[in-house]
Amino acid sequence: MSFVPRSITVRVQAEDFNADAETHALAQGRSDIGALVAFTGLCRDEGGALSALELEHYPGMAEAEMIRISQLAMERFGLLGLTAIHRYGKIPPGGQIVLVIAASSHRQAAFDGANFVMDYLKTSAPFWKKEHSATGETGNWVAARDADDTARDRWR
Amino acid sequence: MSSTNLIYFAWVRERIGKGEEVLDLPPYVTTVHDLLAYLPSLGEGYAEALQQPDMIRVALDQEHSEHDAELAGVREIAIFPPMTGG
Repeated sequence: MSFVPRSITVRVQAEDFNADAETHALAQGRSDIGALVAFTGLCRDEGGALSALELEHYPGMAEAEMIRISQLAMERFGLLGLTAIHRYGKIPPGGQIVLVIAASSHRQAAFDGANFVMDYLKTSAPFWKKEHSATGETGNWVAARDADDTARDRWR
Repeated sequence: MSSTNLIYFAWVRERIGKGEEVLDLPPYVTTVHDLLAYLPSLGEGYAEALQQPDMIRVALDQEHSEHDAELAGVREIAIFPPMTGG
């Protein structure tokens, strides 16, 4: 695996995460950061129809892709730090799925950096969501959305 | 070609009925495209999983690859549907 700067933190884990603690860890002891943007993706219940999402991932490649995307964002937006955490396994409605925190000198780079990472993560990081319905059945695999490809392509 | 590790994810895995296997690919299978044309001959599950090759994504040694990519020297081939994380 390529060299990962200390300012990038990438984790793929079954356990929940704490956005406040991760934000604190990213900014701790630094005085160069002027902007922090944190995005958290949650599991929706789809109007009561869903009892859980089950996330499958490709171990090794998932981390590698998240690092690659993070490095692209660091360079493109001149970020000062980036944290990306993605969970796998069964996650109930209201549960946290993904966290992206971008740090920069000024706000626009942090907003754009977090946005960029999420857009690429959704279309390039090897994760797949399966729906479990409220009636107890294992449902469908979530279909990829064209809107996600469009969102990614606007960065090109 | 020597033995190659194949890994399947999501509905590709479910339809094929296994998460991974080691295959000795025939010599005429030299690209991802060839592989996706060959695998359906191994059984109904493979055929069902790969009936729309355009929808299938492939990673060679854990890097996203196009369907015209060469398989020579590749140790691990992953086959999966479009990703839906985030």
